[in-house]
Amino acid sequence: MWAKIVAVVACLLLALCAGLFVFAARHPAIAPIARPAAGSFDTALVKRGAVLAAIGDCATCHTAPGGAAFAGGVGVVTPFGTIFSTNISPDAETGIGGWSEAAFERAMRQGVRRDGALLYPAFPYDHFTLVSDDDNRALYAFLMTRPAVRNVAPANDLRFPFNHRAVVAGWNLLFLRTRPRSEPRSDTATSGDPSVARGRYLVEGLGHCAACHTPRNVLGAEKSGAGFGGATIDGWTAYALNTRSTAVVPWTADALYQYLRNGFEAQHGTARGPMLDVIANLRAAPDDDVRAIADYVAAQIGKPTRRSEQIQLTERAGQPPARQEADLQAQRGSLIAATSADSQAYRGAPGAALDGAADEGAAIYAAACADCHQGPRAMPYGGIDLGLSSAITGPTADNLVHIVLHGIPADGATRGPIMPGFGDVLDDNQVGALVRYLRAAFTGKQTWTGIDNAIHAVRSAQHTAAVGSPERQAGQ
Amino acid sequence: MMILNVNDQPHNVEADSRTPLLYVLRDDLKLNAAKFGCGLGQCGACTVLVDGKPVFSCVTPIALLAGKKVTTLEGLGTAQEPAPIQRAFMEEQAAQCGYCIPGMMMRAQALLQANPQANDTEIRKTLEPHLCRCGTHMRILRAIHRAQVLMKTARTGDAR
Amino acid sequence: MSGNIRIVSRRAVLAGSGALVFSFGAAPRVLAQDAAVPGAPGAPAPSPPLPGSLKQTPMLDSWIRIDADGTITVCTGKAELGQGIKTALTQIAAEQLDADFGALKLVTADTTVTPDEGYTAGSQSMQESGTAILNAAAQVRQILIGEAARRFGVPAEQLKTQSAAVIAPDGRRTGYGALVSAELVHVQAAPKSPLKAPADYKIMGQPVPRVDIPAKVTGGAAYVQDLRPDGLVHARMVRSPSYGAALTYVEAKTIEKMPGVLKVVRDGSFLGVIAEREFQAIEAMRALSAAARWQESAKLPDADKLPVLLQGLAAEDIKVLDRAGPSAGNGKTLSATYTRPYVAHGSIGPSCALALYQDNALTIWTHTQGVYPDRDAIAEMLHMPKDKVRLIHAEGSGCYGHNGADDAAADAALLARALPGRPVRLQWTREQEHAWEPYGPAMIVKVSAAMDQAGEKIVDWDYVLWSNTHSMRPGGAGSLIAAQSLAQPFAPPPPRPIPMPAGGGDRNSIPLYKFPGARVLHHFLPEMPVRVSALRALGGYMNVFVIESFMDELALEAQADPVEFRLNHLDDPRAKEVITTAAQRFGWAEKKRGTAPGRGYGFAFARYKNLAAYCAIACEVELDHGSGRTRMVRAVAAVDSGQVVNPDGLKNQIEGAIMQSMSWTLFESVTNDGKRITSLDWASYPILRFSGVPDAVEVHIINRPGQPFLGSGEAGQGPAAAAVANAIADATGKRFRDLPITRERIKAAIGV
Repeated sequence: MWAKIVAVVACLLLALCAGLFVFAARHPAIAPIARPAAGSFDTALVKRGAVLAAIGDCATCHTAPGGAAFAGGVGVVTPFGTIFSTNISPDAETGIGGWSEAAFERAMRQGVRRDGALLYPAFPYDHFTLVSDDDNRALYAFLMTRPAVRNVAPANDLRFPFNHRAVVAGWNLLFLRTRPRSEPRSDTATSGDPSVARGRYLVEGLGHCAACHTPRNVLGAEKSGAGFGGATIDGWTAYALNTRSTAVVPWTADALYQYLRNGFEAQHGTARGPMLDVIANLRAAPDDDVRAIADYVAAQIGKPTRRSEQIQLTERAGQPPARQEADLQAQRGSLIAATSADSQAYRGAPGAALDGAADEGAAIYAAACADCHQGPRAMPYGGIDLGLSSAITGPTADNLVHIVLHGIPADGATRGPIMPGFGDVLDDNQVGALVRYLRAAFTGKQTWTGIDNAIHAVRSAQHTAAVGSPERQAGQ
Repeated sequence: MMILNVNDQPHNVEADSRTPLLYVLRDDLKLNAAKFGCGLGQCGACTVLVDGKPVFSCVTPIALLAGKKVTTLEGLGTAQEPAPIQRAFMEEQAAQCGYCIPGMMMRAQALLQANPQANDTEIRKTLEPHLCRCGTHMRILRAIHRAQVLMKTARTGDAR
Repeated sequence: MSGNIRIVSRRAVLAGSGALVFSFGAAPRVLAQDAAVPGAPGAPAPSPPLPGSLKQTPMLDSWIRIDADGTITVCTGKAELGQGIKTALTQIAAEQLDADFGALKLVTADTTVTPDEGYTAGSQSMQESGTAILNAAAQVRQILIGEAARRFGVPAEQLKTQSAAVIAPDGRRTGYGALVSAELVHVQAAPKSPLKAPADYKIMGQPVPRVDIPAKVTGGAAYVQDLRPDGLVHARMVRSPSYGAALTYVEAKTIEKMPGVLKVVRDGSFLGVIAEREFQAIEAMRALSAAARWQESAKLPDADKLPVLLQGLAAEDIKVLDRAGPSAGNGKTLSATYTRPYVAHGSIGPSCALALYQDNALTIWTHTQGVYPDRDAIAEMLHMPKDKVRLIHAEGSGCYGHNGADDAAADAALLARALPGRPVRLQWTREQEHAWEPYGPAMIVKVSAAMDQAGEKIVDWDYVLWSNTHSMRPGGAGSLIAAQSLAQPFAPPPPRPIPMPAGGGDRNSIPLYKFPGARVLHHFLPEMPVRVSALRALGGYMNVFVIESFMDELALEAQADPVEFRLNHLDDPRAKEVITTAAQRFGWAEKKRGTAPGRGYGFAFARYKNLAAYCAIACEVELDHGSGRTRMVRAVAAVDSGQVVNPDGLKNQIEGAIMQSMSWTLFESVTNDGKRITSLDWASYPILRFSGVPDAVEVHIINRPGQPFLGSGEAGQGPAAAAVANAIADATGKRFRDLPITRERIKAAIGV
């Protein structure tokens, strides 16, 4: 008897849920419009839209390597399958040429397509919902004045039930907090440092930094309470940008600004992987905005506590010759102050101390790495002091393995660091030995797990259009 | 002291194990092809093959090469009996000063060994690590395409 | 001073008034000879000028030597730089001698053996050396025929020559070797030669494969770096971080105890180290560098402020051209300012030299462009008699002008002298080559032009340029870094302008176009904040870039097609022919300019120095609007070099010039931080990579059989730069006047 009642109630509840789902999943279509003429948009608005699109990294996901700008086709691999970015060029049939400004704004705020279907949150509308009306207007003006490209993105490859968009309604119910229309523009200072406030607006909104830098739950949403706690993206580690930051020298706002502006920072490292596109895009952003982003992220990282500082200094205590805190202090300041025309002068020991070491990793380091990484040339042209490298103090071996295997290739004829890769001369055992050695010698932290898997994964990574692949960097 | 296998010959090399391969090749083994261009892995002039893969010999210490096979341009052929890639570069007169050319040839050789059907785009991308200051790029590409044909002929006896 | 007097200077040679004395140490037949300087007081009246370098070196056997066993050796004072002259000069000799190409030996620049032809520079190898060998070989052949006629008792006209033998009608045959005697060819050249008719050429004009390529693609010995004499030791320099720094302290004792180190050599601020093995030398260099303390004083100019700075320096004004035109009409006037940064040679192989000091004599194997002037400078630096210093040219990587080679030779000399009896190989590092090579000078040009009333033709032209010297050679010891660093240093010589018609900063500043009124003013700037000297094409690169860019601006103003506009201002038929050929082969008329998004087409033309080769280039670029990245997609060039000796070699040079000039134009500028040069390697001074290489480049040669050789090695630099700039202007609708035309500059101009 009770079982029957429970069963009926369960079915009713299920039906109610399903009804809610269906209800939540249904949005009206917005009628298509004739594509607005490019000349109808105010030039200043378009220019502002360009900057905002750069901060939002639209091109990174919506432009395939070697493909036309904003024409879509980039595959984003998720635990649920692969989702392909759509064509957001103003092509009337295959792009957003027929979208009204209202339709565009709804997509940004609610993740709803013009025809009323739900967009997958691989498009981070859970962040873009914070974008102000004015900024959406500017973004719309920018996108609608791009060359229209006819391109149909590949169909998504998602497994059941995720291949039905209606499931996103449930996801939205659980995880989407849209910006109320009545909320004032978030970039106005409400309290505290106006730059931090502006940074908050940019970072949490268009920048969607947390989308990569936050671990996700089983439903693919950012874990609440773990904002900026670090995550893995396309086989690269996106470091924690909160109090769990593993940087040896605590990030300051100025250091972050240097990194975002130049693509490297002498006491942390060089942007690689998916961050390359971010840095490249940020070139279009004005200094104030980049500073604001840096200020906000620095505020998330927070000032190093006495304890965290001590831990970091202690962890560096037992490392090979060359690096003392005084040296670090001396290295702050001008990027090129230490550059020597006779750059064969060496600050530290030439690595001879490690000759004949039993540890194969130590021997490889001494033979292949020390010459550049203990050399006198300042970054970005010299090798970073490995005792400072984020790649070595980070939570996984991923980034280090990438760089050891592939190096840093030249980017056409652009000024920037070049590091040879060692993947063709070191076998997997040698790479593993080197990686283990670097971790031990330069951090005193616990060794990583999964080093061999990381090596295998990086070696076998396909030359796909995956965001952040080295091939993608070389192509553009 | 270590045994270095170069062009299928074992050599006893008395050198500090940190010595970059380039200097052992040039000074101890008296091989001319691999060149000093930068010592930084930026220009490709020093490129040789290690187990068939192209590496910058200027930043590869011999310590890493135990049990591996090094191939230099000299190992591919001679002026009297040139390998297809050498013949191709001679036919196309693909050199001005010629200093960068051996490195280009070794990388191309590795590519064509792994991917005989490599197209022009793939060839260009493969050569990206290499610099040529004289501007011989067009001829280098033509020579590599020519080498493809010659290699195919050598493989199949096809006289096309 | 010794009995051998050197009076020649580069300037004098170019002006044709220099006289040359040389000493052939080993060869017994040739005598040291004084030749009076024409025009000097008491000098005999000048005889008719001899062609090419025969002017300075008139004896036939200075150029062509025939041994009794029939070995024929051709001597040239020029050097193989990778431009293929070893092959081309041998072709000339083979043709005019009627000897087999493969049987000839060619000896290049060697102060003991070959004529002194100054520098292999200025695209003059064919004009000077080629012409000398052309005539000398023809005259030698005539002499040999005369001797055979005497022996055969047959009139000379009935004799033929083939494969280095004279053949009589009845079949009797004597090889050249059997004909020569000690003094037979030791005669002064005559002004005129019995040259072969071009129609009879068998080898001149043929694309003979280069003689040096087989070794270069099979690991044969080809470069100075490949020399490995017994007892060879390795050396490295330690240079200061900035110009003119003083070495205040170095503790060398520990370094001297490092494995394999033979000697640390210090003289004032000159510091180097020699070791048994190369890696030992490198490690010692690093340690020595870390142990050295320098007092720095250099102040380097801010790149952004360079144009203002240059215009503010004290100048010697040179009126290059002053042609008054008709009184100004009411036509439109246009003005523009163009700038160029310092550009590096960027030789792929850092400079290297091998030196041996033995028995009070010094031999240096070096890739200097000028063994004689470099020999003189080194001898002066070492206070040695010139005949005790021998410089032998051995190839380096492409130098494109005055790079570190001369200095590396001097460095090696000082090091070798410190370790007599051991051959010392001194290798510069990449950073040293980038930091210490003398760059192509920064320049600024202000140009304006007035159109006629109808707005169709240019009636007045005003051109003002500011530039340092484009050559610090020859300069004696004072031009050498080593000599400037010694405890008893040599002062750098005062810089001098190279006079027109060759010119330095003003090279190619006179447009070839017919403008009724035209003025060119060269503000020659002696003060050099940055070390500069000759870079391929010298001022020709910048001046042609400016003139041809501005011609396009004027053509736009006149609403005329750029090609037609140029033709309408030219008389020279050869100029017109290269222009129409390039345009036609490119399909210029069919291209729709300024309409296809992201595509642009550009055209440019120049005659190098207004007296060497003619070159016209049409090109197409593609531009990515989002990033501003630009790539040349296609280029078609036409070149007129007079009589072509090796068409493939010529094409190679023009193709290479297009690539190199494109790289300079789109990417390159030397950087500094106010004290030190900071562009020290390929990461900090990037150049063209394959991702920027075009899809297609064609070179069409207009051969002029029988016409004088016209220098071509630098003819492509200027036109390529302007063609690219004009194509970018076409693609974007914006004009870029500041080099390099980088992606960032393009993006900033085209906006979103």
